Amino acid sequence: MPEITYRGAIHDAMVEEMRRDKRVFLIGEDIGVYGGAFGVSQGMLAEFGPERIRETPISEQAIVGAAAGAAMVGMRPIAELMFMDFVLLAMEPLVNQAAKARYMFGGKAKVPMVIRMPSGSGTGAAAQHSQSLESILMHIPGIKVVAPSTPYDAKGLLISSIRDPNPVCFVEHKLLYKIKGEVPAEEYSIPLGVADIKHEGRDITVVTSGIMVQKSIAVARKLETEGISIEVIDPRTLRPLDTDAIARSVKKTGRLLVVHEAVKTGGWAGEVMASVSESPAFDYLDSPMRRLTGKDIPIPYNRNLEAAAVPQEEDIEREIRAILNNQY
Amino acid sequence: MGTEKIKAAYDNLQTEDVLKKAKELGLDNDTLVNMYRTMIKIRLFEEKADQLYALGKVHGTMHLSAGQEAVAVGAGFVTRDDDYLLNHHRGHGHFIASGADINKMMAEFLGKETGYCHGRGGSMHIADITANNLGANGIVGGGIELAAGVGLAVQMQKTDQLVLVLFGDGATNEGIFHESLNMSAIWDLPVIYLCENNHYGMSAEVARVSSKVPFKDRALAHGIPGYFIDGNDVLAVYEFMKNATEYTRTGKGPVFIEVETYRYFGHSKSDRNLYRSREEIEAWKKRGPILRFEKLLIDAKLINDVKVKEIYQDMGALIEKAVTFAENSPEPEIKDVMEWVYA
Repeated sequence: MPEITYRGAIHDAMVEEMRRDKRVFLIGEDIGVYGGAFGVSQGMLAEFGPERIRETPISEQAIVGAAAGAAMVGMRPIAELMFMDFVLLAMEPLVNQAAKARYMFGGKAKVPMVIRMPSGSGTGAAAQHSQSLESILMHIPGIKVVAPSTPYDAKGLLISSIRDPNPVCFVEHKLLYKIKGEVPAEEYSIPLGVADIKHEGRDITVVTSGIMVQKSIAVARKLETEGISIEVIDPRTLRPLDTDAIARSVKKTGRLLVVHEAVKTGGWAGEVMASVSESPAFDYLDSPMRRLTGKDIPIPYNRNLEAAAVPQEEDIEREIRAILNNQY
Repeated sequence: MGTEKIKAAYDNLQTEDVLKKAKELGLDNDTLVNMYRTMIKIRLFEEKADQLYALGKVHGTMHLSAGQEAVAVGAGFVTRDDDYLLNHHRGHGHFIASGADINKMMAEFLGKETGYCHGRGGSMHIADITANNLGANGIVGGGIELAAGVGLAVQMQKTDQLVLVLFGDGATNEGIFHESLNMSAIWDLPVIYLCENNHYGMSAEVARVSSKVPFKDRALAHGIPGYFIDGNDVLAVYEFMKNATEYTRTGKGPVFIEVETYRYFGHSKSDRNLYRSREEIEAWKKRGPILRFEKLLIDAKLINDVKVKEIYQDMGALIEKAVTFAENSPEPEIKDVMEWVYA
């Protein structure tokens, strides 16, 4: 299987869907000649032209509103927001229009749109360009939230997101753009709402997403040499959340750690833990469920402070050891 | 395209000249009477809605458009069935003028399963997606958010449909107003922005909260043709809308029309009219759109007092039928409450 980058996987998914379906188009800032702030749409202007690579003014509310409007009348827009932080400028069309049109109009409207948004810290971009806001988006009925952690998942999930008849927020962690992974040359897709076991294990379940999946896998491989067996579960889709897969794993391991970069208070780790609390898997727990998250602060600029704001591999390792040793 | 309001285009004309002009616009006598009939239908619908609320039969709130019928009819008689309509929260009149089924509207108003939205939306969210009626919107400026995107889709699909987006004076102070106008202008999108300036955004008088009036100047600032007209003159609204659709439908880009009008009822049910005087309301009622058009049609001998009475009776009977339909319709089933969150 060929190896491509996470960025390339997202690019390829868009290109293939645009070739397959004339209704699909990309709309966003600097996506044309510039190729997008993170280079994801490089070369697409040349193939598809300015009508379908629709470069916009800096108007996030209008971009998402336009995507929602176009989606309601038969198009399948992919909106690119330059940074996930900017979705806050577009919450009105996303939450009050796109997410609700189907329900409040009695099941007659469809809003098949994807909003791609680069998330997360680690690039020194500080407080307004580094957030992980997926928990806010998960709170809204009518929206799906997808957050791939590998090139394979990114391509397969983006294809499904584009074909999905609902508004989908597609969260791309910036630090993942350069990672490489095997991606089949032939067409495939990954259904939304299905978790993936990224590393099988017996002793503890780690539920995590995005960049933290990569970090958790690295820790799992390291601790394997000591005989500690870690199961890393990547929900891949945060809404709908595959609570069955999480409960199954917890029943097997009896322990749960949720790791995410998003800040702790109101973060989706709480949702995962609540789902286990409400399920029969709760009876299988051998220790309290724990969460390791971003600190409850804006992302700072300084390199060391920035790294300290979100979980790192050594933090994950320390937390896993603590749980296994009943030290919390 | 001056900055002054274009005065009631027809008020100063002799009756025969008005009829001549109407003919030039393609309006035959039957259509003129039909426009009047539709205005009455809207008025009676709104008055009935108010009564139903007073009787405790309405669960939520409502925003009534009595006094603004000329805008709804003047615009609704111009647009085609396949054009897209993005409505505002005070939108009953526009739906009726665009041919909506008042039984389904009334049922939605009463929250019934037979309503346009199966009771999920209520007065503020009436929509008929299959008829390209993309819904009333509870967010001021909500339709404006979607308008450029619908226009973009029309442009990409290469049809000659257009988008009529309706909003009030209040929406022009939302940030999206400028984002949307700018976007439509740079891409020449087939969008008609129809601003109903009824003098108050809830209680906020236009001049007190707006840095620059008339609002059509804001459209001019975006390079969009903008007009400010008498919105209580149904023929003036029709004429400007007709010209706008011809311009927009041929790919020349968006048009902005600001119409001056006035609402008789309060903003919503919480309104105690503390911000305006009874005298002001009465003065506007004296030059109300229905009275003016009625006088013209009587002068032109297209209708007479008997006919007027008959129209009121006919429209009243339709409204009563709609109420009966709605009241006899079933409530939505509780078991279906989770339906339609996702497609």
